[in-house]
Amino acid sequence: MLQQAFNGLVGGAFYALLALGLAVIFGMLGVVNFAHGAFYMLGAFGAYILLSSFGVNFWVALIAVPLVLGLLGVLLERLLIRRLVQLDPLYNFLLTFGISLILQDLVRRQYGVQSQPYPRPSELSGSLNLGLFTYPAYQVFVLVVAVLVCAGAWVVLTRTRVGMIVRAATERPELTRALGIDVARWVTPVFGFGIALAGLAGVLAAPMRAVNPLMGGDLIIIVFAVVVIGGLGSIFGSVTAAFGIGLITALGNLYLPTISQTLVFILMAAVLLWRPAGLFGREEALT
Amino acid sequence: MPSSDTVLRVAGLSAWYGEAQVLRDAALEIGEGEIVTLIGRNGAGKTTLLRCVMGLQERSAGTVEFLGRDLTALPTHRRVRTGLGYVPDDRGIYAGLTVEENLLLPPRVGPDPWSLDRVYETFPRLKERRRSPGTKLSGGEQQMLAMARVLRMGARLLLCDEPTEGLSPLIVQQIGSILREVKDQGVTVLLIEQNVHFAQSVADRHYLLAEGRIVESLANDELRARERDLLEHLGI
Repeated sequence: MLQQAFNGLVGGAFYALLALGLAVIFGMLGVVNFAHGAFYMLGAFGAYILLSSFGVNFWVALIAVPLVLGLLGVLLERLLIRRLVQLDPLYNFLLTFGISLILQDLVRRQYGVQSQPYPRPSELSGSLNLGLFTYPAYQVFVLVVAVLVCAGAWVVLTRTRVGMIVRAATERPELTRALGIDVARWVTPVFGFGIALAGLAGVLAAPMRAVNPLMGGDLIIIVFAVVVIGGLGSIFGSVTAAFGIGLITALGNLYLPTISQTLVFILMAAVLLWRPAGLFGREEALT
Repeated sequence: MPSSDTVLRVAGLSAWYGEAQVLRDAALEIGEGEIVTLIGRNGAGKTTLLRCVMGLQERSAGTVEFLGRDLTALPTHRRVRTGLGYVPDDRGIYAGLTVEENLLLPPRVGPDPWSLDRVYETFPRLKERRRSPGTKLSGGEQQMLAMARVLRMGARLLLCDEPTEGLSPLIVQQIGSILREVKDQGVTVLLIEQNVHFAQSVADRHYLLAEGRIVESLANDELRARERDLLEHLGI
């Protein structure tokens, strides 16, 4: 059971990296980025392409792929996403979902739907003895990276002036402008950062999950549930809910295997009935 | 009014929410160090007028001039940096920021901003609670925080949207004395106020707003003389 709980935390690590990006993007831009899963998928394919076509190893991909995708995010925000702010939320769905389909099909055209192999980096191919059980070293590495990234984001958000501005603008964008802060200036880097995190999660996923064009779509549905449970726009809530949901689905696999996938959505419905704004969201964020 | 020391001049201001026009050709002028209130029924357009000055209203027309500078084309944050301090009707306190972060978030926008020490001297309660999340404060304390924040910015013009609403008489009094104190330092205040007694006690003049139009400008003694009539008009 402990081992299953650990699996849950590793799964939660992926949710956390994706949910963190979704939460800051939603908070600051008011945009629900349905393309987030596609960038996760591109992260994994980025690593795969670098390795299979150019022989570039995992460690380089781990840095380079998020950077490139982050820049792509910056471009996308400048060209398209920023036009959404004035428009009906329906356009938000159409644009980001459309981007997601385009990216998915571009990759599918090239690589088909079967999963591509990606080996674990040799440095992390063994197992670690964690005292109570042994565990694949690579999975431990994923968990450590995700926790470090979330902790790093946490430090930046809570201890720096930039972080304070992002928190303020995530919570109340209009008020923040009315206090003399150029929110628009921070929107592009925040969007790029969110996309880079999705890319990072994708690279991390490549050696342990099936690398195929649909991998993002499957995951992102759960991540949306995570963000809703944590409270839309609440950064802390999203990350907490991510690890919590990871644990719950893993334990669900163990005890209620038939409904483990549904469990998340039952939980989401229950949370919404009890607290419509999510666990850490505030009611006024709904209006 | 002498135009040489005019701080805020608003002319031809109209604004819409969807199809509904909520401001119609509103005009007003405020001189340096004046405290002026906007009074009028709910829905008369008071909040919208402040939002237009701030550049927050999406559909609007007309001009806003501040310290002789035309702000009309500027986005909100650049308007603020010319010296505007906004205290919104919901007080605008961040739950995700501590009391101290709420104070430190906005930039300094005027020549004479309050230091954090001075803020804490004037509002000892905020110092005690400086590490708490902003919205854990009581309503009155949040209002003090919202006022303290614009003073720390060093704003030359405060735009306060019903700062006394729902607060105890003691706190209302305190807000009155803060407004008089900043007035003595040459800060100008445009205040939305439903409480006619409070309006009289702090303000120099009053604009009466009805159905999106400024229908009258009243001196303090006129307001007093017509209090009964106005209360009826305001439906309070």
